[in-house]
Amino acid sequence: MDKLKFEIVTAERVVYSDDVDIVIAPGIQGQMGILPSHAPILTMLRADELVVRKDGEETVMFVSGGFLEVMQNRVTVLADVAERVDEIDIARAEEAKSRAEERLKEHIPEMDLARAEAALRRSLMRLKIAERRRKKRPGSG
Amino acid sequence: MPNIREIKRRIKSVQSTAKVTRAMEMVAASKMRRAQERTIAARPYAEKMQHILADLAAQHRSGEEIHPLLEERPVNRVALIHITPDRGLCGGLIAIVNRSVASFILEQHVPVTVVVVGRKGRDFLVRSGQEVRAELTRLGDRPSIVDIQPIARIVIDDYTDGLIDEVYLSYTQFVTTMNQQPVLRRLLPIEPAAIEPGYNVEYIYEPSPDEVLEQLLPRFVEMGLYHVILESIASEQSARMVAMRNATDNASEIIDELTLTYNKARQEMITKELLDITGGAAALA
Repeated sequence: MDKLKFEIVTAERVVYSDDVDIVIAPGIQGQMGILPSHAPILTMLRADELVVRKDGEETVMFVSGGFLEVMQNRVTVLADVAERVDEIDIARAEEAKSRAEERLKEHIPEMDLARAEAALRRSLMRLKIAERRRKKRPGSG
Repeated sequence: MPNIREIKRRIKSVQSTAKVTRAMEMVAASKMRRAQERTIAARPYAEKMQHILADLAAQHRSGEEIHPLLEERPVNRVALIHITPDRGLCGGLIAIVNRSVASFILEQHVPVTVVVVGRKGRDFLVRSGQEVRAELTRLGDRPSIVDIQPIARIVIDDYTDGLIDEVYLSYTQFVTTMNQQPVLRRLLPIEPAAIEPGYNVEYIYEPSPDEVLEQLLPRFVEMGLYHVILESIASEQSARMVAMRNATDNASEIIDELTLTYNKARQEMITKELLDITGGAAALA
């Protein structure tokens, strides 16, 4: 069967690069599963988890938003921030969460409000992903 | 005749200076390597973005409203982002970039707003009486893209508000370890690259081409800025490495010379003492 050439890159590094069977990505208009021979598409991403499956094995990653491009069985994600689930620093995410909540309580201009909300959403999502994976496979990250 | 103890002390002091410069050379070498690796690591992201942008720009039909960050307009005021090191001891590098910026500012027929990254450039511009719109210092050797976002945001906001009509970047390009070139390049408005042959695919855009463009362009600017900052860091470290290597070489030359003088002085002293002894013995006999 055909495989997808999958790559997830940020401005700082290549986070993951491999041939995979399916990519499940958090598109801005809803979760999307991408299989080989998918039509060319360019979509924005939400902050959420991105899953790739290869030979029955799943890899879970967090993306904070960005773009996903599909072209001729190549899937490329340009992420603002991306981490594999075992890289998520739970303590830092907790910290970011409480910082964002703190900021939302204060009276702040619109611009900063949007940023604080985005920060809160990101940290919550990180925690959610890390949490869920830990329950599923105890002992692995 | 120079005092032997004096010479010995000078040798010691030059030796310890050489130790410091050699250590600095090695530190700079490893930092340079790391900066280069980061520049390379950033490349796939930048290239992909170029492609997407080229595709989006090609979709644009004439008559439609163009995105402000892509629009060429009459220039009443330009902005310059001047990227320099925070620290000295890197040979002529700082002088070269500062000079290139000074002549750029003098050549402009319109007022120039300056945004500066790095202490050395800031000091230079403040000293020459240039008004500085914003500054970003103490960035360190390993900035992340988040660190440079404030500067990108200021520039993008000023640009969309119409306060500035063009934005230039001044930085040093890493050519080779021995060669770093000052470069002035336009950042805004963005000129999308032409589509590469074989790459024109009709994408499905979600949610819409305009919205993707809206999101993509600011990131593109950030990316451009991040890239030249990494490039400048690599240049700075390689310039420092070379400067420190020269310093170490000079030091060992001085040590050689001093050692020679020391040996001569020592021998002369021994000869003189021997003469004294033989002279004394002859007088007694």
